[in-house]
Amino acid sequence: MQVTIPTNGPRCVQLAIPGGKDKVSWGQDVRSEEEAYLAKHTFKMNEYMEEHRKKHGRRLDHEERQRKRTARESHKSSAVSQKLYGIKAKLHHAKRHSEKVQLKKTLKAHDERNVKSKDDGAVAEGALPTYLLDRENQRDAKALSTSIKERRKDKAAKYSVPLPKVRGISEEEMFKVLKTGSKKSKSWKRMVNKATFVGEGFTRKPVKMERFIRPMAMRYKKANVTHPDLKATFQLQIIGVKKNPQSPLYTQLGVLTKGTVIEVNVAELGMVTTGGKVVWASTLFVDTMVIEVRLITQFPKEYAQITNNPENDGCINAVLCKCL
Amino acid sequence: MATVVPPPSKKQKKEAQKVRDVDIVPADLPHVMIKFQASDTGDSVGGSLRVPGGITEKQLEQLLNQLLGEDEAVPYTFAVVDGDKTVDVKDNLYSSILKPKIKTTEDFLTMVYTPRAVFKVRPVTRSSNAIAGHGSTILCCQFAPNDSGRMCTGAGDSTARIWDCNTHTPFKTLTGHTNWVLCVAYSPCGTMIATGSMDNTIRLWDAKLGAALGSALSGHSKWVSSLTWEPLHLVTPGNLPRLASGSKDGCVKVWDTTRRVCLLTLSGHTNSVSCVKWSGSNLIYSASHDKTIRAWDISAGGKCLQILKSHAHWVNHLAISTDHALRSGGFDHTGTTAKLSQAELIAKAKEQYQKVAVLNGSERERLVTASDDFTMYLWEPLKSSKPVCRMTGHQKLVNHVSFSPDGRYVVSSSFDNSIKLWDGIKGTFIGTFRGHVAPVYQTAWSPDSRLLVSCSKDTTLKVWDVRTRKLSVDLPGHADEVYAVDWSMDGKRVASGGKDKMVRIWSS
Repeated sequence: MQVTIPTNGPRCVQLAIPGGKDKVSWGQDVRSEEEAYLAKHTFKMNEYMEEHRKKHGRRLDHEERQRKRTARESHKSSAVSQKLYGIKAKLHHAKRHSEKVQLKKTLKAHDERNVKSKDDGAVAEGALPTYLLDRENQRDAKALSTSIKERRKDKAAKYSVPLPKVRGISEEEMFKVLKTGSKKSKSWKRMVNKATFVGEGFTRKPVKMERFIRPMAMRYKKANVTHPDLKATFQLQIIGVKKNPQSPLYTQLGVLTKGTVIEVNVAELGMVTTGGKVVWASTLFVDTMVIEVRLITQFPKEYAQITNNPENDGCINAVLCKCL
Repeated sequence: MATVVPPPSKKQKKEAQKVRDVDIVPADLPHVMIKFQASDTGDSVGGSLRVPGGITEKQLEQLLNQLLGEDEAVPYTFAVVDGDKTVDVKDNLYSSILKPKIKTTEDFLTMVYTPRAVFKVRPVTRSSNAIAGHGSTILCCQFAPNDSGRMCTGAGDSTARIWDCNTHTPFKTLTGHTNWVLCVAYSPCGTMIATGSMDNTIRLWDAKLGAALGSALSGHSKWVSSLTWEPLHLVTPGNLPRLASGSKDGCVKVWDTTRRVCLLTLSGHTNSVSCVKWSGSNLIYSASHDKTIRAWDISAGGKCLQILKSHAHWVNHLAISTDHALRSGGFDHTGTTAKLSQAELIAKAKEQYQKVAVLNGSERERLVTASDDFTMYLWEPLKSSKPVCRMTGHQKLVNHVSFSPDGRYVVSSSFDNSIKLWDGIKGTFIGTFRGHVAPVYQTAWSPDSRLLVSCSKDTTLKVWDVRTRKLSVDLPGHADEVYAVDWSMDGKRVASGGKDKMVRIWSS
C-alpha cells in the first residue's frame, strides 16, 4: 500500500481525526467523514448557465421552443438516418434498432398491466385468523422496521467489543521520525513506537526501502487472553491483527495498542470436533467443564481484544470476544 | 463438600422476627346475624339466622343446602353485601369479613349465594395427541356441543376437517371452499356445521356424515369474518336454526338453513364486521371496525335497535353473558348423545339459558366488547345505550373477551401478553394472569367456570385457575403460534391449532 506521509506531523493528525476529536469510535470510517466535509465545501466551477438561470429565470418562450424542438425531433432524426452512410449509418441504425426494441418492450409491459389476467385459483400462502387479517399490513411494516432495527443492532453487535471506544493516537505519538541521509536531511523514515505483531517469516526490507521500522524489542508473539465465561486466563499465540481501530495502516503494520482486535490460536485449549466445535479438554480445567464455542472457521482461531497498553506494560492482555 | 445454604440476610432475619398473623378464629367470637339471598332471583331463604362468627364456607354450604332442602349437596360461593359491592367469603367468615373490619359482629350480614357447577373439570395437563392432516395454518376450531368426541377445524388449505377426538383420528375432510376457512360454527343442535371462508362464501355441512349440505351460500362481497347460530330456544319446533354471518364488507346476513337463502341483510356498518353474536333475546349484536356495536332486532325484521358508540377504535370482539349456554343448546356437561326430540332439546335449551340470563329476578343479558383502544365496555343493551362500565387496564389492544359459562366473570386476552379477569356483573377488575411472553390470542373457559385456557403467539397454551388466580398448568408443545383454542362441552378435552399445522388435543 502506498502511503504518503506528509512531512508536517500535525496536519496529518488532523486528517486522521477530523474536528480534533480525541476519541476514535468503532465502526466509523474517518476517511469518509473527511470526504463528506470536502464535498460540502467545494465550489462548483463553470456552472454559469445554471447560475444565470437561477438569477434571471428562463426566457419567456422557453416552453414553446421546447415543445417545437421535441415535435421536430422525429423529422430531424429521420433526415439524419436517411442521410448517413457507411459505418456511421451502421452504428446509427444499430442504436435506433435497440431503442425501438426497448420502446416496444415498455409498451407491452404497460399493456399487460392493464389487462386483467384470469385468477389461477391458487390459495395464498400464510393464512391468518380473522382477528389478524386487517393487521397484516401493520405487522409487515412493523416487521420491516424491526428487521431494520435488528440489522442495525447486528451491525452494532459486530462492533460490540469489550472496549467500544479507545483514545485516539496521533501519528506523532505512534511514529518517531528518523532522519536519514549522510547530512541527516531526509525524514521519510518512521519507527513504530508501539508494540507490534510481526508475522512469522518476515524479513526486513533493504534499508533504502524500509519506511517503517518495527523494533525487535517491541514485537510480541503471545497474548494473555482471558476467557470471560470461564474467568480463566491463558497465554495464547497471536495469529494476526484483525483490526486496529486507529487506522487501517496500523492494522497493516500489526500495531498492538489498546482496543486492537487480534486473532489468537485456541488450538492449544482443546480439540476440534468434526462439526467444527471446540471441545475444551477436561484436564485443562477444573471439574468436567465442557464448553462449545461457535467458530468462524474450522481453524481454531478466536478473536480477542487487547485491554492494556502493551508498550507500557511489556505484555499483552486481551479478552476473548466471540461475537465478532 | 456439601453445599451449605447461605445464612439469612438481615432483611430476612428482620422479617422472621416480625409478628405474624395466624389464622386462628378467636374462641370468644360472638355469634352474628345473617340472611341468605340468591344472586339470581334475589329471594332470601330461611329468614335471619344466628351463626357462629367463625363459620366456614363448607358449613355455610351445608346450612344452605338444608334450608333449600336439596337432595344432593350443591356447592355454593358466598359473598357479603357491603354497600353496593360484595365481598367474597373465602375459607371462613371471620378471616374474610370480620377480621379485615369490612363488617362487625354487630352488623346484620346479607349473604349472597351463587351455585357453582355441580361437576368439576380437571385441568388438562398433557398433550394426548398431535394430529397432522391440515396442509396449512389452522385458523379456528370448535368442539361439537353434543359430543366432545367431535371437533371441527378450519385451515388455510381451504378445507375444514372434522376430527374424532376419542380415537384421535381424522374423521372427515370438508372440501369445497376455494380459499382459507376462517371460521367454523357448530349449530346448537349439533347436527350442522357452518364454515365461513376467505372466498366470500359460507358452506353448510352435515356434522354426523361430514357431507356438504348443498352448495355455497354466497352473497357477501368480502370474506366472512364471523358466524353465529340462532339460539335453540328461539327456534320454532320443526325448523332448523338460522345462521348469521358477519363479513369484511360491513354487512351482516341472516340465512335460512333449510331453504338456503339469505333472509335478511343488515347493513349499516361502515367498515368490516369483526364479530357477530346472536343473543338469547333474539337480537344480533355486531361489532365492527367502524368503532360501533349494533343491536339488530330479528323479531322486528332486522331493525337496528341500538347503536352503541363509546369505543375510540376498532371493536375486535364481543361476548354475551349467555354465550356458553347458547352454544351448548340443549346439551349439558355430560356430553349426552342420547336421542332427545327437538321439542325436548328446545325446552332444555330454554331452561339452561334462563339459568344464566336471569339475575336478581329479571332477564339481564350483558354484553362485553373488546377494542383496539385497549379498553373494554360492559353493556346492557336492553336497558340503555350507555355502557355499564368501562374496563381499562390493558396496555395493548384487547383481542378476545369471553364470559365464563356462569356469567360471573369476564376474561380478556390482550396483545400486551396479559390476561385480565373482570367481574361479569359490574365490570370491576379482579386480577391479572401473567405468564405469556407474547400476545395472547384467545381464551376458552372450562364448562364449570373454574379454569380457563389461553393460547398465545409464544406457542404455548396455559391453564389458569380462576379461584387462586394463578397458573395451573403450562402446556408447551406447539411448534409455532397457536391461533385457536377450545374447551369441550364436557370439560374433558382442549383442542388447539395454529401455525404449525398440527391439531393438538389436550387432556387431563
